[in-house]
Amino acid sequence: MIALGVALVGLVALAALPFYLSDYGLGLMIGMAGYVTLASAWALFSGQTRYISLATVAFYGVGAYTIAVLNETMAYPAALACAGLIGAGLALLVGLSTLRLSGIYFVIFTFGLAELVRQVITWFEVNVTGTLGRYIFLDITAREIYWQLLALGAFTIALTAWIMRRRLGLALRVIGDDETVAAHSGIDLARTKLTAFVLSATIITLAGAISSPRWTYVEPLIVFNPNVSFLTVIMALLGGANRLWGPLFGAVPLFLLFEWLSVQFPDTYPVILGLLFIGVVFLLPDGILGGLARLTGRNGKAAR
Amino acid sequence: MTILVLGLVLGGTYALLALGLTIQYGIARIMNLAYGEMTLAAAFVLVFLFNQLGLPPLLSILFVAPAGYVTGWLLYTVMMRPLVARSGGGGKLELDSILATFGLLFVVQGLLLLFFGSNFTSISYLDRGVSVFGVTVALNRLIAFAVCIVAGGGLALALTRTRWGLIMRAVALTPGSAPLVGIDVTRVARQAFALGTALAAIGGTSVAMYQTFSATDGVVFTMKALVIVIMGGVGNVPGALAAGFALGLIETFVATVIDPGLTLAATFAIFLIVLLWRPEGLFGRRA
Repeated sequence: MIALGVALVGLVALAALPFYLSDYGLGLMIGMAGYVTLASAWALFSGQTRYISLATVAFYGVGAYTIAVLNETMAYPAALACAGLIGAGLALLVGLSTLRLSGIYFVIFTFGLAELVRQVITWFEVNVTGTLGRYIFLDITAREIYWQLLALGAFTIALTAWIMRRRLGLALRVIGDDETVAAHSGIDLARTKLTAFVLSATIITLAGAISSPRWTYVEPLIVFNPNVSFLTVIMALLGGANRLWGPLFGAVPLFLLFEWLSVQFPDTYPVILGLLFIGVVFLLPDGILGGLARLTGRNGKAAR
Repeated sequence: MTILVLGLVLGGTYALLALGLTIQYGIARIMNLAYGEMTLAAAFVLVFLFNQLGLPPLLSILFVAPAGYVTGWLLYTVMMRPLVARSGGGGKLELDSILATFGLLFVVQGLLLLFFGSNFTSISYLDRGVSVFGVTVALNRLIAFAVCIVAGGGLALALTRTRWGLIMRAVALTPGSAPLVGIDVTRVARQAFALGTALAAIGGTSVAMYQTFSATDGVVFTMKALVIVIMGGVGNVPGALAAGFALGLIETFVATVIDPGLTLAATFAIFLIVLLWRPEGLFGRRA
């Protein structure tokens, strides 16, 4: 109950922040809210089940591109709904074809998915519609984007908390621990995995759709930037992908670090990112929160 | 006929790439997502040697392939071995190796971008036509094809006919029981990983001889190699070779008849069909 209160107060404070921030500060907060949402949504499926999805940007880009295509013919909320539906449909397709099999096929499929979607859209735009690159002219201010992302992020974390307390969450955790055991205890593996994956992918698609007006000009190379997939995974892992607040604790410091790195070392930035990623995989397999819990657990025992 | 000849030539490169990956995954049990980056690194080194020192590509293979072996050996010792030790032979290794090599992918790609830039690169080497069964093929493609056939075929023979190959296959089949007959699994796995990297490097040199490529193409190579490995059945060497040629043919067909922009889509379509129809691979046994 106290935790819920603290979270709500924090949310209100974050929502009031734009009134006190400069444009640059607001831009930072938008980026941060976006990545907290992405990392939390990623962890909702991959953190619990340990099915590593490398396709974050495929869904994120699809969301952004849908808005770019539909923003002139449709009202913004309708376009947003369309983006969500397309993302869910794509996730359903990927999930239905791979999630019934062993995890490795899912990883491989998601690994190339962003590149596939990018190439197909490029091909379609060049050969069928004859344009490459679109403009987004929407009357949406930076503050409104921030509030939407904040709401989506809060919704994602709340949804994760709710799912974790229900049978679905328990089923996901059992699958993550041991799939054979899960099957023997009567869990419908494919359906459980599919539900969580579609939820997670839809949120990621919506995050892309909401962030898209920030670009104004959109083309496949811009919205399908593989760094997004990469950052999402490392953020969730650093914080602890199977914990409720883990992705948030990973996303905030890493986002600030990456902003700083990309300004200071624009050329060597990807190399540093990669090394950092490997470092996290080696040194913090359970994330910061997992590591802290282990540390305090050990100390607690020693004190007794 | 054109499709057939060009498809087989392209398939040779794919078969070789898939062979390296299937060895790494089948024997060393490392799912290497940075595989395409190794290929590209070798391709860039070859271009560099050709442009700066005027070294003929066929000679540089003699240098690049051992360099690939050493790189793979070091990578396995420094990076993968601790992960293997940590996992204790369970399913966690797959997860860890995927994540670690995903990080490695960005490191290598970042280094390539840093040293060679993001432009498309190619060399003009022996770029004159030769007639094969009435189809004009560039000589460089034929040489690349020959390189792939020699390296891939040689390895396939070594794996099936020699004692060394028997040991390799034993570890691939049951890593748990291999130590019982006196096989040092760690050593074999390290060898396999290094060998796989060497094959990636040779594949890269053959790519560099006739294709245009850029530093960000690694994902596509890895993806194609992975799809071939799945098609052929994981760890199945003849399967990987056959599936590699099949993918080369299909891709050339799609590129010539439909549209060159849809080759990756074709790869994915095949992947989907294989997954839905025979997830254990076209040439694999049903589990």
